[in-house]
Order: sequence, then C-alpha cells, then structure tokens
Amino acid sequence: MPKISSLTIKDHFRETHLFQVRAITAAVIGVVLFGIIIARLFYLQVISHDHYTTLSEDNRVNILPIPPIRGLIYDRNGVLLAQNLPSFSLELVPEHIDNLQETLEHLQQLIDISPAELKRFHELRKKKRRFEGIPLRFRLNEVERARIAVNQDRLPGVEVNAELTRHYPQGEVASHIIGYVGRINEQELETLDASRYSATRHIGKVGVERSYEDQLHGEVGFQRVESNAQGRIVNADPEERTLPIPGQHLYLTIDSKVQKVAEQAFADNNGALVAIDPRNGEVIAFVSMPTYDPNLFVNGIDRKTYGELRDSPERPLFNRALQGQYPPGSTIKPLIGLAGLEENLIRPGEALKCPGYYMLKNDERRYRDWKKEGHGQTDLTKAIVESCDVYFYDLSLVLTIDRMEKYLGLFGVGSPTGIDLRGEASGLLPSREWKRRAHRLPWFPGETLITGIGQGFTLTTPLQLAEITATLASNGQRITPRVLHAIRDPLYSELELHGSRQAEKIPIKNPHNWQVVIDAMTEVVHGLRGTARGISHKMPYKMAGKTGTAQVFGIAQDEEYDEEKIAKKLRDHALFIAFAPVDEPRIAVAVIVENGGSGSSAAAPIARKVIDAYLLTGES
Amino acid sequence: MVSFARTEFSDESRLSASRKLLQRFHIDLPLLLSLMLLAGVGLIALYSAGEASSDIVIKQLVRLLIAFAIMLAIAQLSPDTIENWSPWLFGLGVIMLVAVFLWGDIGKGARRWLDLGFVSFQPSELMKLAVPMVVAWYLAEATLPPRPVRLLVAIVLILVPTILVARQPDLGTSIVLAASGIFVLFLAGLRWRTIIISFILFLPLTWVMWQYGMHDYQRKRVLTFLNPETDPLGSGYHIIQSTIAIGSGGIYGKGWLNGTQSHLDFLPERKTDFIFSVFSEEFGLIGSILLLAIYALIIARGLVISVNAQDTFGRLLAGSITLTFLVYVFVNTGMVNGLLPVVGIPLPLVSYGGTSMVTLMAGFGILMSIHTHRKLIAT
Repeated sequence: MPKISSLTIKDHFRETHLFQVRAITAAVIGVVLFGIIIARLFYLQVISHDHYTTLSEDNRVNILPIPPIRGLIYDRNGVLLAQNLPSFSLELVPEHIDNLQETLEHLQQLIDISPAELKRFHELRKKKRRFEGIPLRFRLNEVERARIAVNQDRLPGVEVNAELTRHYPQGEVASHIIGYVGRINEQELETLDASRYSATRHIGKVGVERSYEDQLHGEVGFQRVESNAQGRIVNADPEERTLPIPGQHLYLTIDSKVQKVAEQAFADNNGALVAIDPRNGEVIAFVSMPTYDPNLFVNGIDRKTYGELRDSPERPLFNRALQGQYPPGSTIKPLIGLAGLEENLIRPGEALKCPGYYMLKNDERRYRDWKKEGHGQTDLTKAIVESCDVYFYDLSLVLTIDRMEKYLGLFGVGSPTGIDLRGEASGLLPSREWKRRAHRLPWFPGETLITGIGQGFTLTTPLQLAEITATLASNGQRITPRVLHAIRDPLYSELELHGSRQAEKIPIKNPHNWQVVIDAMTEVVHGLRGTARGISHKMPYKMAGKTGTAQVFGIAQDEEYDEEKIAKKLRDHALFIAFAPVDEPRIAVAVIVENGGSGSSAAAPIARKVIDAYLLTGES
Repeated sequence: MVSFARTEFSDESRLSASRKLLQRFHIDLPLLLSLMLLAGVGLIALYSAGEASSDIVIKQLVRLLIAFAIMLAIAQLSPDTIENWSPWLFGLGVIMLVAVFLWGDIGKGARRWLDLGFVSFQPSELMKLAVPMVVAWYLAEATLPPRPVRLLVAIVLILVPTILVARQPDLGTSIVLAASGIFVLFLAGLRWRTIIISFILFLPLTWVMWQYGMHDYQRKRVLTFLNPETDPLGSGYHIIQSTIAIGSGGIYGKGWLNGTQSHLDFLPERKTDFIFSVFSEEFGLIGSILLLAIYALIIARGLVISVNAQDTFGRLLAGSITLTFLVYVFVNTGMVNGLLPVVGIPLPLVSYGGTSMVTLMAGFGILMSIHTHRKLIAT
C-alpha cells in the first residue's frame, strides 16, 4: 500500500513538474508571439509610418480642380461675340449605375432623348475616364430638371450638372474668325497640360478660340476635399481652396457691323473677303462664305450634322480667307507695274500697241488679251485701268521671272502674313528654283508671261491679297495683320491694347512710282474706262482698286462631275482689291467671289458695300 | 492605542471578509478586473468603430453583462461537475454538428446555424469548450504523459469536430478547435519528438487540404494574404486598408474618433474582425501595446490558475482555455496587421458580436471554478 501511495505521490509530482515545464514553455511561446505582433506594429507604425500616412492621406484627401471661367470675346466696339451661359446637362456615371439600359429607359420616360443623343452618349462612353460623368443631354429646361429631381432617388449615378457653356450670340456671323470650342478629344488630351486642364472640358478648336486658347482659358483652381471610400465628398474646407483665375476677355479688331454687311453682300455666293486697316494691320472684316453656326460644335456635334457640313460641296467649314489659295489674276498687275517702274524698264506715259494678243519669238502660240480687239496704244496707267494683258506680257518678259519673284516676294506672296490665327496658308510664289524642285522641269518663257497677269502657278490667299493691298495703300509699309485688338483681364477693368507689328518697308528708290500705280488704281474705280467704274456711282470718297479674274482650278479639281453644276463651277473666280480713302487710306479690302465671273461685276460691288459700311458710319 | 489596534484588526477582518465574499461566490478578482478593463476598452473602441453610435455600444454592453453573468454562473459549478459533464457535452456537440451538417441553416454561404425552434444556435461554439474538456477528461484518466493508444484516441476526438466544422465551412473556428485540443495534448506532456514528427507529417497534409479540403474562397484568402497587391480592390482590399489604418496611426495615434481610415469607410468589417485596426489607428503603437498588455495580463493569470490547479483535469483544461485565448488574440491581431491570412477570428471581448463572447466568458467561468473550488488535500 505505501508503495502504491508513494508511486501516486511521485507521479503526482512528476505530472505537476511536467505541467509546469509545459506551462512555462507555453508562456515563453506566448511572449514570443506577442513580441512578433508588437514588432510588426512597430514596423508599421514607426518605421513605415510615413509611407502609410501618405497612403491614408491619398485615400482621404482628393484635390478637386475648379474650372476657370473662359474669357469672353468681343468685337472692337464691345459687341459680344462669344459668351458663357449657364447650362444644365444630364450626366451619367456608369460606375454608379447597376443597369445602364434600365436607367436609360427610365430617363427616356422622363425627358426627351433623341437617338442622336443616345448615339453620342454611347460613343463618348467608349473613351471616357473612370468615374467621369458622360453627358447624355444638354440644355435641360426647368421642367426636365424638375422631373429628374423628383425621381433622383431612383436614379443613382444620374446627375444634373450646371456648367457654363460657350455660346456664340451672333450665330453664323464671323464664325470663321471666332472659331469655336469643342469637347477635349483624346488626341488633345495627350498634348495638353493635364493639370491646367484638369477641370476643363472644352478647348478652342479653330479660329480665335484656338489661337488665343492660352489667354482665354485662365488658370485652374483647386479645392482640397475629404472623401470617403465611396468617393463622396464629406468635407470641403474653404481655407484649402485656390480660386481659379478667369480667362482674359478678348477684343477683336473685327467690326461686327462691317462683318455683317460683308457677309450679306455675298448673298448666295461662295468666297472670301478680308478688310484691313492699312495703318495698323487690324482686320476689320474677315469673311469666308458660306459660314456655319459654331454653336453646333460646343457640346459635341453628332456625326450626321458634322458629315453634312464636312461633305457639303459648298465646304462651309473651309476657311477660305485664311486657307483658300487662289491665283491673284489681274490684281497682281499694280505690283508688276511698280517693279517695271522701279527697274526703269518702263516709264509713265511710254506706250506700246496692244493688238489683242502677244507672241513670243520662235513660238506660234498667241497669248491672248481678255479684249479680243486689243487696247491700242497702251501705257502703264491705261494697262492698269483697263487691265491690258498684252502690256504686262511684254513687261514680264523684260522683267524676267527672277525679278518678278523678287518683287512679289517683297509684297509677301508665297509666305504667310503672320496673322495671329493658326493654320494660315502661305500661297505660292513661283520661281525657277521652285519649278525645278516641285516639277523637275526648267522654267519656260510662256510661264513668265502668264505669271505677269497673275495666272499660272502663283497662288495667294484672300488674307495675303488684303495685306498686299494695305501695303500698296501705305506706299510700301508692310504691317502684320492681326485680329486681336485688346485684352482685358476680368479682374481689372482696363483694356490692354495689343500693339501693331510693323514689318519691313518695301525698298522703292523712287517714291513717285507708288503714286503712279495708285493713281492708276484710282482711275480703275473713278476713270471713265476703269474696269470698276460701275461701283463709283455716288461714292463720297476716293477709292483705289484693281479687278481680277482667276481661272478656276484647285478647289474645283476634286469635285465630282455634275452636269448641272459644271457650268457655274467652270466660271472664273472674280477678284477685287481696293483701299480708301485714297489720300488717307483707312481700309484695304480683298474680295474673291468663287465662280463669280468678272471682278468688276461680282467682286467690286461687295468691296464698295464694305468700305461704305466702314467709312460712312464712322470709325469708333 | 487601543483604538489603533482595533482599527488595524478591523481592516484586516474587512479585507478577509471581502476575500471571503469573493471566495464564496467563486470569483477570481485579478481575472475579473482585467476582463472588465478589457471590456471597457473594447466599448471605447466600438463606440468609435460604430460611427459614435451609442446604440451599438448599448447592445454590446448588454451582451457583455449577459456574458459576465454566464461566467459567474459557471464559476459556481465545481470542477468535478464540469469534468463529469465533459463526455456528455462533447457527445451532444458532435450530434449537433452532424445535424448542422445535414439540416443546418445557411448564412453567408456557410452552414453553421442550428435552428432549435426557439433559438438559433451555433454548435461549433459549444465545441470550443467541449473539445478541450473531453480531451482533458480522457487524458486525466491515466497517468501522463499519455501512451500512444490513448494519444491516438485523443487525436480522433479532436479531428472529428474539427473536420465537421471545417466542412461547414468555418476555417477560423476549426483551427481554434484543433488548437484547443492540441494544447491539451501539449500540456499533458506530449513528447517533443512526437510534436516534431507530427509537424513534419502535417506539411504534406496541408497540401492535401489545399488541393481537396478547401473552398475556393478559402484558397483565395490564403493567396491574397500571401500577396495582397494582386487583388487590391477585391480580397486584398481588407488587408491593405487595415495595414494603412494601423501604419498611419503612428506612435501616438490619430486620437479617439479621429481615425480617417475607419470613419471614412475605407476600413471594412471595422466593428467586428478589424476592430483592432480602428483602435490601433486612433491610439497608435502605445495604445496597442497597452491593449496587448491587458490581454497578456489575462493570459498570465490563466496560466497561473492552471499551474495552481489541484488536479490533472483542471490543469489541462485551464491551460488549454488560456492558450486558446492566446491564439484568438494572436491570430486576430496578426491578421489585421497582415502577418496572417484573414480567417475571420474576432478580437476577444472587443469585437462586436455575442456568440463567441459567451463561449469565451464561459471558458473564464471554468477557470474561476477551477481556481476557487479548492479541496483540502492531506500531504
């Protein structure tokens, strides 16, 4: 018995001891495990604290960009050309919508949504950023907004946003110079300053809106906001706000009254007109017909409308004044005449006989004058007034293409005028070198002849022609045309005038030569035999001008063959350049009427109306 | 002079009187106080995690009161009674687990609940106590360390409920069940050699488990744990946001109710499994260490109780309950700070929720019972 008892007691001690060892082991393991947890906490909360603080802040704090208000555009007299109107748009955030189709159907029951708008919505959906609202409808009216507000709780992810939208109150007037804004596209996104445009949805696409995008846009503002995990803003401290800087207001050199007169003067004709103040290069009117309504583009034009505009044979989107390149025709003759005088190849009053055609030596070909029976004895003045071709054929030949290239180049033919609008075409100034390069052919004498009357290879834009006219008006003082008159910072009320940029003066040794040419041009309008004498009736000021016709090619070349239209398409373009008053020129105009026939009947009356509108109602 | 002596005497008697009171109601004061402290801290954390809603705090307080009452009630039972109940409780538990397996209610994609008509019940909770009880009861019948046959039977006793619960599927609870049983074996003096060999055998077993024994979501959880960044918006989101919450707390924390991760909704499950992250974000490293210290206090007291227990059953059971509690704390804090996979184990007495809290407190009731029912043993 005692033996058993001692055994159990011994076992009891052994067991107790064994348990104590195990309990201590467990305690040690426990300490180690707690140590691991604390070490991990130390790592997270002390060593990596900064890293996790950043992550936590990134979670919490969002920088919300605030869009700046786009600058307004006025004409030179303060007539509003582009403004911002509050507009309510309906936007959908697909990330917050469970069943998009159902939501769209629901919305269609509430408000009108056209198939075109639906289509545009689905197109925009493909290229949007995450959690960005996609516009479905623009310009919601009050009733529509109320309907959506009432059903708001059943339409998660559907938002009505108030934003300022660009609006062009003058509609089609001056659209080619104002241009328009449109939604920023993917291509633009890649090149834009992402932070500056982080809140902006529209960007200038063409015209002044594009060329002065920097000034008009302004600077983006920021608001630091605290958001929760669902992206909902829970707190926005006004202390942590950087206000946006509104874009600058632009005052264009355009006189919208003159502009309207000019556009109406074209009636149904296509063409272009540019009017410049020769004293400072300010563009008074800038017309490309037909025009279009820029408001169509602001919130994404639908494909059909855009297709119609783009594919129309009238090409309303094409900026003819800036990019259209036309042979200058006879409007180039004053320049050639001036070159002849300056080179002492001709003298005023020195005449040659015009038989109605001209022939080169060893060449059977007859270079015709527009007047079959000829002009008879013709000096420079008569040649300009009556636009005699033979006189200039002869002059060209002695002048040579090289010297024509020199003088035309001095007037800016073949190079952009440097106007403050993007996308200007440069025209074409032919030369031996150019012909070799472009056509791999030598220069032929016959080409010299037709270059002398503004046909052949020479191309000018209406803007260039206007600048050439302005240069003639100011006796060779070239000036860079511009459309920006002044800038006004919306935070200050003062206008900051945009200075004019004088360019080189054309080096003419004998200033009297200008007078000879200008006198001849004055007689074009006021002389009994002047080609533009038809417009001089009851003209209370003196005008100097030159008519021209340009053989059609280029623009019409790629047109489809159309039996009905071909007749008009084949007609020559009518040109007219003019400046007035002759003594103190304040306006220089170049007009091109496509397929208008002769310059005197189609183009000159338009110039008269424009110059009347500008000079007779008084400059402001 | 006399009065002084009397006072001193009276103090001593009062002290011993309160001791007697505690003894009479079978309360272990150090354990009770540290549990109450923990519960208090838990309510503070919950108030913040629950968007400062007193509603949630009151609900949790009611649960705590019930759980404490249950603890004190169980403390009144003598350890002998508990030992005698062990096999019956275990048998009942296994039957109910099988019943759940066959007819249980499905909640959140898992079959865990048994509807007894008047109350829904999670049998796996009962097993958290029944498993260590039955293993302790079985091993205490013979001398320790257990012989191989006894060991094998004990292992079967552990495996049956573990597998049944794992199939529900409830990975967290099954791990807890297995651990609580294994702790009994360990404390009973399982040879180190055996422990090491079974650990080596365990490795291929985990592979088999991985291939055939786990549900897709469980596998995904493990994978996400291994590399949370692979799925930052899906399963990895919990772990990433939780470590951000803890890490951004720093040494001193962002202050009570100022945790941005939790209050701005970035932290998921913040009232339940991830409440430690809320606490750690707002109270920092210092607060977290203090909270862990309370847990350490409870565990230390549990170990002291188990070492001082008078019989084998009491020692083994008290030790196992204490170590299981340790596992809860370690697994929960480990998973929220990214050390362990997310297995869905709450932070004891702090996480919002009642079921596991009742089991836990019943376990502490057993500890108190073991410590306060002392028999006089002749030496």
